[in-house]
Amino acid sequence: MGHFGLQTAAGHLTVPAESKEAYAADVEAAFRADAAQIIARYPHKRSALLPMLHLVQSVDGYITGRGIALCAELLDLTEAEVSGVATFYTQFKRHPNGRYTVGVCTNTLCAVMGGDLIWEAVSAHLGIGHDETTPDGMITLERVECNAACDFAPVVMTNWEFFDNQTPESTIQLVDDLRAGKDVRPTRGADKVVSFQDMSRVLAGFADGRADEGPGAGPASLAGLEVAKGHGWTAPETTSAPQGTTPARADGPTGARTGKDKA
Amino acid sequence: MTTLTPILTKFWDDPQSWTLKTYAKHDGWKAFAKALTMKPADLVAMTKDSGLRGRGGAGFPTGLKWSFLPPPDGGPRYLVVNADESEPGTCKDIPLLMAAPQFLIEGVAITSYAIGCHHAFIYLRGEVVHVYRRLMRAVEEAYAAGHLGKNIHGSGYDLDVTVHAGAGAYICGEETALLDSLEGRRGQPRSKPPFPAVAGLYARPTVVNNVESIASVPPILLHGANWFKDMGTERSTGFGIFSLSGHVKNPGQYEAPLGITLRELLDMAGGMRDPQRPIKFWTPGGSSTPMFTAEHLDVPLDFEAVGAAGSMLGTRALQIFDTSVCVVRAVDRWTDFYKHESCGKCTPCREGTWWLKQILGRLEHGEGSEADLDTLLDICDNILGRSFCALGDGATSPITSSIQYFRDEYLAHLTHGGCPFDPKDAALFPIKETVSA
Repeated sequence: MGHFGLQTAAGHLTVPAESKEAYAADVEAAFRADAAQIIARYPHKRSALLPMLHLVQSVDGYITGRGIALCAELLDLTEAEVSGVATFYTQFKRHPNGRYTVGVCTNTLCAVMGGDLIWEAVSAHLGIGHDETTPDGMITLERVECNAACDFAPVVMTNWEFFDNQTPESTIQLVDDLRAGKDVRPTRGADKVVSFQDMSRVLAGFADGRADEGPGAGPASLAGLEVAKGHGWTAPETTSAPQGTTPARADGPTGARTGKDKA
Repeated sequence: MTTLTPILTKFWDDPQSWTLKTYAKHDGWKAFAKALTMKPADLVAMTKDSGLRGRGGAGFPTGLKWSFLPPPDGGPRYLVVNADESEPGTCKDIPLLMAAPQFLIEGVAITSYAIGCHHAFIYLRGEVVHVYRRLMRAVEEAYAAGHLGKNIHGSGYDLDVTVHAGAGAYICGEETALLDSLEGRRGQPRSKPPFPAVAGLYARPTVVNNVESIASVPPILLHGANWFKDMGTERSTGFGIFSLSGHVKNPGQYEAPLGITLRELLDMAGGMRDPQRPIKFWTPGGSSTPMFTAEHLDVPLDFEAVGAAGSMLGTRALQIFDTSVCVVRAVDRWTDFYKHESCGKCTPCREGTWWLKQILGRLEHGEGSEADLDTLLDICDNILGRSFCALGDGATSPITSSIQYFRDEYLAHLTHGGCPFDPKDAALFPIKETVSA
């Protein structure tokens, strides 16, 4: 796998000719069939562009010149219009991605709780920086923004599956396992992390039958529910009382009021 | 004393909490059956009467938003659910969709019926693949049960739901940028007016609501507007999910009536992680809401009281930092985020966030001068209110509020010649001297 994404002196990424080579006939036919399904989901076909770019990544492992050309043709857009969209979104990669994207959250909350230290350790361990890929093509390392799991900080994402409450040691173990070809299991997600290309196909809207795998909620998600159960706190029962009457009382042992006193 | 009110979180501990079967055991889809016997206008009126306000940050009254749609003209009208949860600190919608996606799907069905929509969209951020699986499965199960599709339960009402994955862009949480993104464009905010209610998705009348807002509709319909209003405060009615993170003993999701205080929530969450390190600063609703300090522990967390105290309730994303944390480091990193996520459409935000980052970066490293603080405030003044959307405004919040409360700590970086804090002190885990390479 060559490094197709070359940076010019002006900082622009260029896509060399290799990524513009035509698809094999069977690959292109399958792409067109999948694209037709995506387009059918929307009243206006341009809405299919983001999922179709995920589909390109599922086929090519990144956004290729040929993928851009095919999306443009199928959606009656110019290649410039498709490129303009592809370059806006961080999940669309302009050079070949590793089999696994490992993203360390380094937004403030996770960074403070240990994300910065995880980043330093795993970056040094792999010898690569942000958006760089190990020579074996297994791991692309990224600094990622807040991924909506702050109660599980510090968080590491692997192909956009949650690895909660990480440490430098656990993350180094994670990348070592991935490079050794072992299956890894997210804390909240499918039974194993699938490849970048398989994950991209799911994001294009093609289910992979793994929805029922994994837990419904992690421990932090249940923290409040457990406190409520411990105290016997519940939401009030249905009340038909008119506005302005005393709020319903919980049946809990504390006899505490649910809701704030409005008086 | 306020107590917790598990409603949306009530059965998250069920081993198969996300299935339609589990949802049905907990009154699932009963509200939609009731809705189909009602007039759409009555559903809008009920939602207005409940006082439900948008749970995605802005707090706009949900029923009022629905009522802004012009009268039907025979053309399509859309409901678009904003599931792009990306505001730093915000982590309520993603666990809700992971654990109990049927709440949202039923809410989508009721809302669509209420506003005369026959094709609804759920725009989920692309960086949560398992949540996307769960949402697709939830929609599939709802179709199979006859809750979605053609002539639903013999009512003559048709509804299709499409779940759409984004591709990594914070700005798509802004409702008009989200619509552009859903149309297959770069996610950049639109000039308003026209508002989405008049010209939204494909320039048609559109309601854009947050996940938690829509998920709250089935319980409200089932139990009544008065039941909802009996919780919360007078103008901030009902319940909401409060997300505690950071240096608290038991971080997590706490569903409570609006108006609960952080002191009460902290008590429920076991207090601070290290009793020797008290709370230093916290955000009431994500990084875009001005920070609070220990003096605000008793501010009722509702829209009015938080606003009166100088911040915004936002998404109830309570990021809690103890005295081990350098506030300049925290603000510098948030500013990095806004600079990275500014979509580039409006000059004040695009250029301003870049300059803010340059100055904060040098301050954190003990370079720069006291005059830089005035420059920061001046740039903030030139960003605030001068762009199409609130991203730039949000970028100024942590800066202006931290200078207000912690000016001395900024200056300490200059006298100390660098950050006086050791980042290792704030981490959750003990640090080994050398990490194996």
